[in-house]
Amino acid sequence: MSTTAAIPAAVSTRAPKNRRGTELALLFFAYGIALAAFAQVDLVVLDELSTDFTTFAIVFGVGLVIAHGSLRWLAPYADPILLPAVSLLNGLGLAMIHRLDLAEDPSPPDPDYVAQLGWFVLGVGLFVAVMLLVRDHRVLQRYTYTAMLVGLLLLVLPLLPFIGTEINGARIWIQLSLGGRSFSFQPAEIAKIVLIIFFAGYLVLKRDVLALARSRVMGIDLPRGRDLGPILVAWAASLAVLVFQRDLGTSLLFFGLFVAMLYIATERRSWIFIGGLLFAGGAFVAYQLFDHVQLRVGIWLDPFADESGDGFQIAQSLYGFASGGVLGVGLGQGHPDFVPFAKTDFIMAAFGEELGLTGVMALLVLYAIIIERGMRTAVACRDAFGKLLAAGLSTAVGIQVFVVVGGVMKLIPLTGLTTPFLSYGGSSLIANWALVALLLRVSDAARRPPEAARREVAA
Amino acid sequence: MSELTLTVLRLGFLVLLWTFVLTLAGVMRSDLFGPRVTRSRTPKPAGRAASPPSKPAKPKGGRKGNARTLTVLEGSLAGTSVTLGTTPITIGRSAACTVVIDDDYASNHHARISPHESGWIIEDLGSTNGTYVQRTRVSGAMTVPLGTPIRIGKTIMELRK
Repeated sequence: MSTTAAIPAAVSTRAPKNRRGTELALLFFAYGIALAAFAQVDLVVLDELSTDFTTFAIVFGVGLVIAHGSLRWLAPYADPILLPAVSLLNGLGLAMIHRLDLAEDPSPPDPDYVAQLGWFVLGVGLFVAVMLLVRDHRVLQRYTYTAMLVGLLLLVLPLLPFIGTEINGARIWIQLSLGGRSFSFQPAEIAKIVLIIFFAGYLVLKRDVLALARSRVMGIDLPRGRDLGPILVAWAASLAVLVFQRDLGTSLLFFGLFVAMLYIATERRSWIFIGGLLFAGGAFVAYQLFDHVQLRVGIWLDPFADESGDGFQIAQSLYGFASGGVLGVGLGQGHPDFVPFAKTDFIMAAFGEELGLTGVMALLVLYAIIIERGMRTAVACRDAFGKLLAAGLSTAVGIQVFVVVGGVMKLIPLTGLTTPFLSYGGSSLIANWALVALLLRVSDAARRPPEAARREVAA
Repeated sequence: MSELTLTVLRLGFLVLLWTFVLTLAGVMRSDLFGPRVTRSRTPKPAGRAASPPSKPAKPKGGRKGNARTLTVLEGSLAGTSVTLGTTPITIGRSAACTVVIDDDYASNHHARISPHESGWIIEDLGSTNGTYVQRTRVSGAMTVPLGTPIRIGKTIMELRK
């Protein structure tokens, strides 16, 4: 039978309920927890509720209401769990960034938390915009190759002179001057989503050939030589990111994403083997050729060899986790500011110190829930493109969390990616809101009962 | 603030966080076990006058009539089955269809299978390549007996109890 390659579809005629009410209740809960975190930070550090608390309560609350309202209006059958989970992470991230602002001495003139709150507003705006513009995710399939071009362009942007800038050793930023103020932006975050659209569209077209045409070598099914093209291109592009932009994290994310989606589309384990081999080869060569890769691996193997120099970040991060212990020292009561880049790459270490193992596990379970909901959307979705899109988007969150949290905890070499929704960083935050909007869009189509779908067609 | 307040705040927050996570898990659970609702709904139609297709109450209800599932035997959806209720189901490439088949030979809205007095009937919705029951091309409406292969493009399916 020529059908083994097809993605199994879950067809079910049972009508899923529209669960917006549940979502609203959960959102209230998430909002309450975020407020509690923020208030606790203020009360412990300042002994009073600051004006920041009021702005946070209003802006965050209104933002969530708008996001929820847009779902009621534009995607009534969407998954009820994704939005509350994401909102809680975002709220906790804001509270922690505020907490780190307070730890700075002297207090910064324009605190990062205010900027991040602004990015949250933009993120919700983009969320609503995606919901409005993408009424049906299958429309995106038309732009498969446009997405490829746009994605590659976004990846290359930081390398261009004038707009591209190098910050902290990685050339992944573009700097734009608007009205006297300069903004820096990481186009790779948006490129991530655009390339997932491309991968999904491309693999829907090619999965049969990639899954079926193969030759048997030494007992393993291997794809034909010419079908290796796409994976080699993805590999070369990832290596190029690594070499020219010195960005290990993004490089790993893109390659991992492509291999994962290839596997999901074809159900062939051989792609994972090939991907693993290519990764091992690439990693080995990169290690031999590039100082910065050697340095990262060296720090990973023994961060305490040069504790006050190269290994400082990881060492401080590990001390943070250690002093947090099982239950944490309590919000506002630790010294998460001792860790460099605590607001961005190392925000997990800040949570590890103040909320302890228990809190970090709760955060990781929240990510796991987000990924599970995405994968479930993929299973329930009725068209192959939607399946791959949902699976790809949730895989991206999974890989990103693994790479950055693993790096902070010294499980793998530190590569520098943002922790989705928690970290300080506008590009990452708004890109992740857009990502969740797309996931919700697919889940709305997947969970919509057939009668409602038919009504829509008739209308 | 006193040491006690700080400890209460510290532990209270963790409890709050986990309560949220467990609440989410509870919602996921209710989502997963949703089918229970439909299962209790399917046996009911016996009471309704205009719904003869599934009569689990009558053991000897018409042999053709009591198909419970549409099972896909070959094609991109092979192995999946759709539970038949009291509403018609549509088959085609459009995602608005109940059974979405990914097949170049199928039309967007290819065919409809609906319950009728005498069993399930199939109608071709003006497809390009036709719908076949056994070897005959469906024109107009046609009754489908249990276990008869229905072919649409590369997809073959049949009604089962």
